[in-house]
Order: sequence, then structure tokens, then C-alpha cells
Amino acid sequence: MTDATLAELMITAASETWRNNGEVLASGITTIPRLGASLAKMTHSPELLMTDSEAYLVSEPAPLGPRAADHVQKFEGYMSFDRVFECVWGGKRHAMIGPTQIDRWGQTNLSCVGPDYAKPKSAVLGVRGLPGNSINHINSFFVPAHNTRVFVAGEVDMVSGVGYKAERWGKGMKSDYADIRVVVTDLCVMDFGGPDHAARVISLHPGVTFDQVQAATGFPLLKIDNLGETALPTAEQLAIIRKLDPHNMRGMVLKGNPPAVKAAA
Amino acid sequence: MTFTKQKTAAEAIAELRDGMTIGIGGWGPRRKPMALVREILRSPLKDLTIVSYGGPDVGMLCAAGKVKKLIFAFVTMDAIPLEPYYRKARESGVLQVEEYDEGMFEWGLRAAGMRMSFLPTRCGLATDVLAKNPRLKTIASPYDDGEVYVAMPALNLDAALIHVNESDKIGNTLLRGHDVFFDNLYARASRHTIVSTEVLHDRLAVDAETAKQNPFERYLVQSVVHAPCGAHPTYFGPNYGLDMEHLKAYNASATEEGGWQKYVDEFVNVGESAYLAKVGGAERVSKLKLPVY
Repeated sequence: MTDATLAELMITAASETWRNNGEVLASGITTIPRLGASLAKMTHSPELLMTDSEAYLVSEPAPLGPRAADHVQKFEGYMSFDRVFECVWGGKRHAMIGPTQIDRWGQTNLSCVGPDYAKPKSAVLGVRGLPGNSINHINSFFVPAHNTRVFVAGEVDMVSGVGYKAERWGKGMKSDYADIRVVVTDLCVMDFGGPDHAARVISLHPGVTFDQVQAATGFPLLKIDNLGETALPTAEQLAIIRKLDPHNMRGMVLKGNPPAVKAAA
Repeated sequence: MTFTKQKTAAEAIAELRDGMTIGIGGWGPRRKPMALVREILRSPLKDLTIVSYGGPDVGMLCAAGKVKKLIFAFVTMDAIPLEPYYRKARESGVLQVEEYDEGMFEWGLRAAGMRMSFLPTRCGLATDVLAKNPRLKTIASPYDDGEVYVAMPALNLDAALIHVNESDKIGNTLLRGHDVFFDNLYARASRHTIVSTEVLHDRLAVDAETAKQNPFERYLVQSVVHAPCGAHPTYFGPNYGLDMEHLKAYNASATEEGGWQKYVDEFVNVGESAYLAKVGGAERVSKLKLPVY
């Protein structure tokens, strides 16, 4: 039995996607992806580059939230926003963000929701860097509440990040650099590794069934052969996560901060 | 006659015209030229096209009905991710928008600064950025590869607003924050740049290390406005952090009946010196903690 939380399990699952990426900038945006990237750098992939989420490259991941009085952040370089863009265009990055919508083609939306672009039902942030990120380097996604509002039945309302929908790619457009790795949700880990990039479940979090995931997804899912459980965090991983997040910001991401393994009903 | 570009905020803003395309430097809630934005709020200017990596600058101008069209990649206040007045304007359908990827946006400013009609990029292909924007066209490489790119059009600005740490009266500036963002490109993309500054010098005379903090040449600057705490309530490194208390109240005002008018009456119409006094004066602003990301 583990005392790990579901958030900690998702952090551990997220960290796996940065394994064997080589020397790239690991950008985990918001708490869980950032801790996933930090854990990757602290354990299996020290070659990853990371920033302090402002403008500098750090040799060790910066902890989340207010720093301890004796904390001295060391930098190994500089990464202003214009350099981040240069990094993106050169393809040396793997980012994980949480889109508002994701569709069966891996296309993402962070701009606005609703059928009328001129008068959206809900304005979100804007496309931000999704068009450029998605067509230039590796991307993964994070979904704190797996449901059919996120995993939509049709196409996302405003395609912000590219995916594998052939009709979107005109003649001469280079899709070679688009590379979606995983989607880490509160129910499972998915990828787009099925036939013609169909979405598949590649592991289920403890106590979750495939049918449950399918019911919470607006499009049909495949599953890999011998579909197993998402690995629980080890004691070593938990110790590192707790050190990287001393104020337990990860405990505020998921509603009710549930345990990784649900108590038997 | 003394050579000077120094003006009051009101004088500098009075040189702008209805319908202009105005670029606003900074990024989200970071280093926004808010004193100049407030001066626009006090002015009769209307029908503006705003070009911005948007934060509360965009929200306030939308709330005041100043914005006809928004050219943007996002609008956010970081700690408060969704900008309430931008959302209201966007969801009401009154706002015309041209939405770009962050990097395309940079490319548009660069193209303008280089007096090019466009710059090619892969960003935006296969997305609705292209599909929703009739102005955007693609172009094929004339070389053997034949690759098709987006031809990102120049974002030519009639005016740019930028807040800096130090400036002299002829427009030599210093930016001391961790990141210049794209303020240099706004200045280059614009026919007319208004700089507001925390510290105003007669003439800048600094050592070589300090001179490296000079982001663009003074020939790009037409007006210099002395505006201490002029980025408040946004983050202005290394001088002061976000004023979360103020931004929370601003955010909450959007859900109150007549909330915007109350905000304007309390913080805008009173003028800049009363504004500063109301938010606690330079002493409180200078103590606003720098954000930890």
C-alpha cells in the first residue's frame, strides 16, 4: 500500500515522457507537468535543460512557490522569451501543457469554446504558442479532469495546436516535426500510437477501468495489448517530489486531492 | 533651443488619433506601460487596433470600449489566468480579432521593423489561425524543397507604448528586468514610440556593462514621459512585483453591476498622482514582492 496521491502518480507518469529525449528544453507548464519535468531531470534524465519559468536556465530544477530563506538558485544560462522561440523553431524542446480541448486527431484548443468564433461561448487564453510548439517540437498534454468536454466528440472548436488530421495539411506543408507523445489525465495515460495515429490508452491508473475512460472520452479509444496499471511512485520519487514542492501545491490541482489507490469500496 | 522629447503623459497621448494601430510592450501582466494606458482611458481616443501580448492593458482598454480590433496571441494576468474584461468583450462579439501564435506575432513585428511585407514561418499551418483569418496567406519556397509556409504579414504600428526603468530626455533607455520581451521590436515596428520611464535623466552617461541594457536606439523614440510606478499594477522587475491585491479587486469589479465605472471613478478619472496615492504611494509599490514563478 502506498500513501502517494493521484497527483503524485500523475507527476511520476508525466516524468516518463521526458525519458530518452536527449538534451532538450523540458517545459512543464503548470504544477503537475512542471514537477514531472523536474522529477525527470532529477532522476533518469539529468541531460534535460530547464528554466526557472522566467528567464534563466537552471542547473537544478527550481522548487515551486516561495523559496526557503537559505535557498540560492544557481543558473547555468539564459533563456529569455525570444530565445525560447528560437529553441521552439529549432525543435529542441518537449513541452507539456493543459489544453482546454483535445480531439481524436491530437489537435488542441486553448483559445475559445463554442461554435461561433466571432462570439465564443467562453473565451479562454488565446492560441498562445500552441501553433508554433505543435508544428516544431515534441508535445505532451496534461488533463486534470478527464471528461467529454475536454476530449470532444468532433473537432476542437478552435484548432490551436496541430494534430494528425490529414485534411488540415495542405500540399507542401511539413508535418514531419509534429510529434505528440502522451496525454496524462486523472484516469489514465494515452498516446496517439494506434493505426493512423488513433488514440490509445497505454496505462490505467489504479482502480480505473477502460470502460470508465471510454465513457469519459468523446471519441473511440483503442488500448494497447496487455494494458496495465500506471506505475506508482517509488519512495525515492516521492521524496524528490516533496522536496521540489515544499508547499504541496500539487495537492491543490485535483479536486479533493485523492489518493493514487482508491480505498476499497 | 534644448533638444528634448520630454512630454507629459497627456501631451504624448494627445498626439495619437482615433483609429490608430497601437502596440503595447511587455508581456501579460509584466512590464506594461499602464500609466500611458490609463492616459488613453482618460482621453477621447476611440476605434483603436491594439497589438499586444495581452494583460490588464488589453482588459482595461476593452472595458472602456476603446478597442475596435485586437491583434493578439493571448490575454492573461498569470496568477489570475483569465482576463475578465477581455473575456467580456470577446464573448459579447463586439471585438474584432486577429489571433496569432506568439512566435508569428514576433515575426510580424520583426517584418514591420525591417520594412518587409511579410516573413515566412511554419507556425500557424494546419491550425485555425490560418482558417479563421482571411488576411493570412501561404507562400511556397522558390527553392527545390518547395515547402509551403505562412507568410506572416508585417504588424505595422502607428504608435508603440513602452515602459522602461530609465530614460533620458532624448530617448536613450535602459531595461533592467530579467527579460526585454519584445519591446525592442515594438519600437522598431512603429512610426512613433512613446516611452514612459521610472527614472528620468537629462542625458544618459553610463558604463559599458550598463549600456548593454539599452534595448533600442533613441532615434526610434518620439516622446519620453516621466511616470514613476508607471507599470503598476503589473510586475516591473527589478523595482516592484505584481499588485495582487489591486488585480484581485480589478478582477472582482468585472462581476459587479457598474463595476468598471466604479474602477474608473476611483482609479482612472482621479489622475495619475491621485492614483498613486490611492494604491499606497511609491513606498508601498516599491515594496511589492517580486513574483516567484
